[in-house]
This record gives sequence, structure tokens and C-alpha cells, in this order.
Amino acid sequence: MALPIRAMSKLSWRNLWRNYRRTLIMLLAIAVGVWAMIFMTALLRGMVDDMIKQGIGALPGHVQIHAVAYRDDPSVTHGMPAPGEVLLAVLNSEQVKAWTSRVKVPAMISSEYENRGISLLGVNPDGEMALGFDASDIIEGRFLNGSDDRGIVIGRKLMQRLETRLGKRVVVMSQDPDNAIADRGFRIVGVFKAELESREESIVYAGRDVVQSMLGIGTDISEIAVLGYDYHTPGAITSGIGNAVAADREVLSWLELDPYLATMMKVMDGFVLVWMVVIFLALSFGLVNTLMMAVFERVREIGLMRALGMRPSAIVYQILVESLLLLALGLLLGNLLAIGTIIPLKDGIDISAVSQGMEMMGASSVLYPVLQWPDLVLANTVVIVLGLLTSLIPAWRAAQYRPVEALGRT
Amino acid sequence: MSAISCTDLCKYYQQGDAVIKGLDHVSLEIDQGSFICLSGPSGSGKTTLLNAIGGLDSLDSGEISIDGERIDLMGKAALADLRLHHIGFVFQAYNLIPVLSARENVEFVMQVQGVGAAERKNRSFKILQEVGLEGMENRRPAQLSGGQQQRVAVARAIVSQPKLVLADEPTANLDSRSMEKLMAHFRELNRAHKVTFLIATHDARVMQWADRRISMEDGRVIKDELQQAV
Repeated sequence: MALPIRAMSKLSWRNLWRNYRRTLIMLLAIAVGVWAMIFMTALLRGMVDDMIKQGIGALPGHVQIHAVAYRDDPSVTHGMPAPGEVLLAVLNSEQVKAWTSRVKVPAMISSEYENRGISLLGVNPDGEMALGFDASDIIEGRFLNGSDDRGIVIGRKLMQRLETRLGKRVVVMSQDPDNAIADRGFRIVGVFKAELESREESIVYAGRDVVQSMLGIGTDISEIAVLGYDYHTPGAITSGIGNAVAADREVLSWLELDPYLATMMKVMDGFVLVWMVVIFLALSFGLVNTLMMAVFERVREIGLMRALGMRPSAIVYQILVESLLLLALGLLLGNLLAIGTIIPLKDGIDISAVSQGMEMMGASSVLYPVLQWPDLVLANTVVIVLGLLTSLIPAWRAAQYRPVEALGRT
Repeated sequence: MSAISCTDLCKYYQQGDAVIKGLDHVSLEIDQGSFICLSGPSGSGKTTLLNAIGGLDSLDSGEISIDGERIDLMGKAALADLRLHHIGFVFQAYNLIPVLSARENVEFVMQVQGVGAAERKNRSFKILQEVGLEGMENRRPAQLSGGQQQRVAVARAIVSQPKLVLADEPTANLDSRSMEKLMAHFRELNRAHKVTFLIATHDARVMQWADRRISMEDGRVIKDELQQAV
């Protein structure tokens, strides 16, 4: 027989505060441990989230449609016609936040001093904006005014490499479908900055109609980029579009387009769990020690409870309830501490001092902690479940005392 | 059939090279409703016998039956249930739970038994009043004198009206008046409800209240006699 849970909780609560210094120290240890779990996970999530968003921004979109051969050979010969009625119906459905079609071919850009290999993007500027191009990234001049804009927008780094400037002319060369040289002069109308220098150096924006005309491909395009509402779940859009395109089209989510990012996301989930368990292991020594001490100090009382008719299993419950109260209080403090630390940092942490290293990882120089409820639940679950498992050691030990020996302890 | 039957109980303790005889071939028959005092010097085996009958301590050999059930063969959980529902203990040291008030200590056993809150409260207030602790219900053990703590322990032992009360020096730390009141209360329970009392004591005044007196020495029963109680 055991005490009713209310009486057991009351007894456990009072027992906790018999040695309040020890309890406070343990509470502090649990709270700091939980804070470390949640806060560090939020930073890691923020970093990976940023890497994925940067990656998706560079793709761009959560889902892309190409001709089947395009990814192996992204030349002008592997284009496809503009979307037809059936596909348009899906692209304009509620599950799609925005979409755009683009021409994307390898090309060479030359100034009067230098030349560089680039990816020439023939775009509809409104579509690019809808997919995430930020107008504030234009640091000089302007972005394109429309698909028929005859200007060109290049990255800040590329401008430095080409030793050119806003307003100057550059020549862009590529191949037409007949493998003949297709070239055209453009005036630089805008310069953009990007979180990743590699983007500034390799991407060039021009009007889609102008690029189609330069390449002689009529209204053909290279890809359609589609943005959904949540990058975690691109599957629904992918299957919807897959049913609306011809067999020689390839519909791929960002998870397949950039396997590195996809792997990063999966590895992150495992890493978070390992991280939490490691912190808990450090914490568990303190927890076991605290409960062991509490048990040793109360051997006589435990003997008394046994003598009065509490079963050994009831003694185990009693110690576990005490542990549960300690853990719950520690978790409450730890969660509040973590949330209280993360919320003020929602505008980001400037880590520009290590921006080069972050760029190598595909992340930006501002780190935004991301607090995800599943991580919060995971941290709390790890502490409660492992905490109770760890507490079984002192609880079991307490239940093993023979009443007559325990009562004889001083 | 006797309420308690002890047959050839032996319990020995090793202390260095010496063997201490806690119980040395003790056999007893105790009827339901008996009021018995165990007397004898310290180390004579009184407490060991009480612990054995209460299922708190194991035996080296021998058999103990309570109401025909062999308690020496019972497991820990069954013994706990037996103690909870049928046996009240008063220990030599007061053995109260320090974080609970006098009333909560008295209610503890009833809580484990699953007695409802209102009934628990009524019974605990009444019994504390009977042992002279009215107005001290909410005091913690540290705020009570030794005698008061002993009275709380007694109240806890008898509040559930067990069939058997095992009391080890229950009147130690009590003044004469409190001792008289307590023993009168024990006797009243014994007569009205047929509660069996087995009381280990050094106190000659307590022994007068018993119908039967068992004297022990070196773990053996040396005298077992009926007497006229006061």
C-alpha cells in the first residue's frame, strides 16, 4: 500500500526543503543544465536553419522543375517550354506561396579588364522578389524593372573582380541551341550583396525575355522554382506538381537538389539528442548524489514507514515523487531561463568576427537562435525520463532496507 | 486457537567471536484480547521478540503464526500489509516523521490504509485529545517534548484500532499521570475491542496493568505467569 499521491507529494515537498541548501544547489544545476540544452540547441538550430535558408535562397525555392537532363548538363539545349494550363493550375494553388520561371545557363562575363565564368539568370524580377530576393540587398543602382529590362545586375564581389562599376558595360557570352556563340552587351544597372561571397561572385541577373532573345530559345526556360510555406515539408508540393508535368520533367525538392543540406538537417536531429543526453549524464551524478544523501539521512524514517506498513514499492514511489518534484522545479527554472535568454536575442547575435568560417559552412554572420517546441519537449522529456531512471538507484536502495536495521540507525 | 503462536524461536547475533542470543528457543501462545507485559533487563530479548512478532526482523529458526497465518513465511509486501492493517507499533524511540505535524503523523497510517479525509481528521483529533495533546495537533515533532512525542506515537499506533499492539517501552519519558492515562486507555481498548497488547517494559507500574507477565533473560523466557491486573 502507498500513500495517496497528494499526501506523497506533500511529504516529498517537505522532505526536499529539509536541506534547502542542497536542494537549491541541485535545482541550480538542473536549471543551468536545462538552459544549456535548450539554449545551445536553439543556437545550433538557428545556424542550421540559416544554412538551409541560405541554401534554399540560392537554389532558389523549396521545389524545382527541370528537364530530366538539365542537372547533368545545365546548358541551353536542356530547356523546357513555359508552364502549360495544367501545371499553372497547381502553381497557382493555395499550397504554393510563390513561383517563378527562369533561364539559367553557364556563361562568361567580360569587362574591359577581366572576365569570369558565371551563371546567367534570365529572370522575372517580380517572381525573384516573391521567391526571396531582398530589394535591400541592392547596394548600388537598382534591381531589374521587368523581364524585358536590358540592364544587368551583378554581385559586389564580381564587380571587384571585373574591375568595373555601376553604369559600365559588360559583355555576356554563352552558347545558343546550335552551339554557336550567343553574346550581348549589357549595362550594369545594379549591384547586389549576398550573405555568401560565392553568390556575389557567380550569379548575374538579366531580364528573362532579353536572355531568351540572346540565346534564341523563344519562350523556353531552364527551370521553374516554387516556394511553399514550410521548408520542412516540401513533399506535398512535389507530388502535386509531379502529377501535372510531363514524364521528361524532373520535379525535385530542395532535399534532393541539395543533399548536403538535407543530411545536415537529419544529422542535426540526432546531434541534438546526443547533446541533451551528454548534458544530462553530467547532471545525473549530482542528482543521484543528492537523492542518495537524502536517503542516507532518512534511513530511520524509511524504516519507520516500512514498519508502519508501507510496502517496498511504495518507498520507491516516495523517492521517485521526490525526484520528480526536484526535476520539475529545475525544469521550470531552466525553461524560463532559456526562454528568457533566447527571446531577447531574437534579432540575432552578431558573429561577424567569425564570418569567414561561418561562410564556409554556408551560414551567415548573424546567428538567429531558433526555439522549436519539439526541442523544448525533447529536453524536458530527456530530463524527466532519464532523471526518473537515474533516481531508481537511490529509490531501490531505500526500499531494500530491513525495517529493524533501519530503525536502529542513528 | 491462539491469536499469536510462537514456536521455538531462535535469533542469534554474531558480535566478534561471541554469539549473542537474541531469542533462544522461545515458545509462546498468546490469546486474542490478552494484555501482556514483557519484562527483563536490557538485552534480554524483549525488543527482538516484539520485532519478530511484528515481522520487522527475520528469525534464524522457529515459527510464528498470527491468526493461523505463518508470518515467518510471508514476503515483504505481505508483511507490510499485515502490519498496516493488523498491528500497531509503539517504538522505544518516538520515531515520528519530522516533517509532518502531530496530526499528520497520526493520520499517516490511515492515509496509507486509504481512510477518507473527513474520517481521518475526526479520528486523529479525537485520539490526540484522548492522549492529552489537544491544541498541539499542528505542531511538528521538534516543537513537542519527549513525552508529547511519545503520546503522538501511541496515538498513531492505536488510532486504527489494530488487532495487536506491540509497544516497546511506551511509557518511557512519560510522567506518572500521563502513564496512568495511557495505560488506562490501552486497557479500555483491550477490554472494549479485544485488542491484544504486548508491552515490553522495565517499569513496574506498567507491569501492574497486565493480566500476564512474561519475564525474559538472555533470550529465554524464564517466567510466564498470570496476574491480577489493577
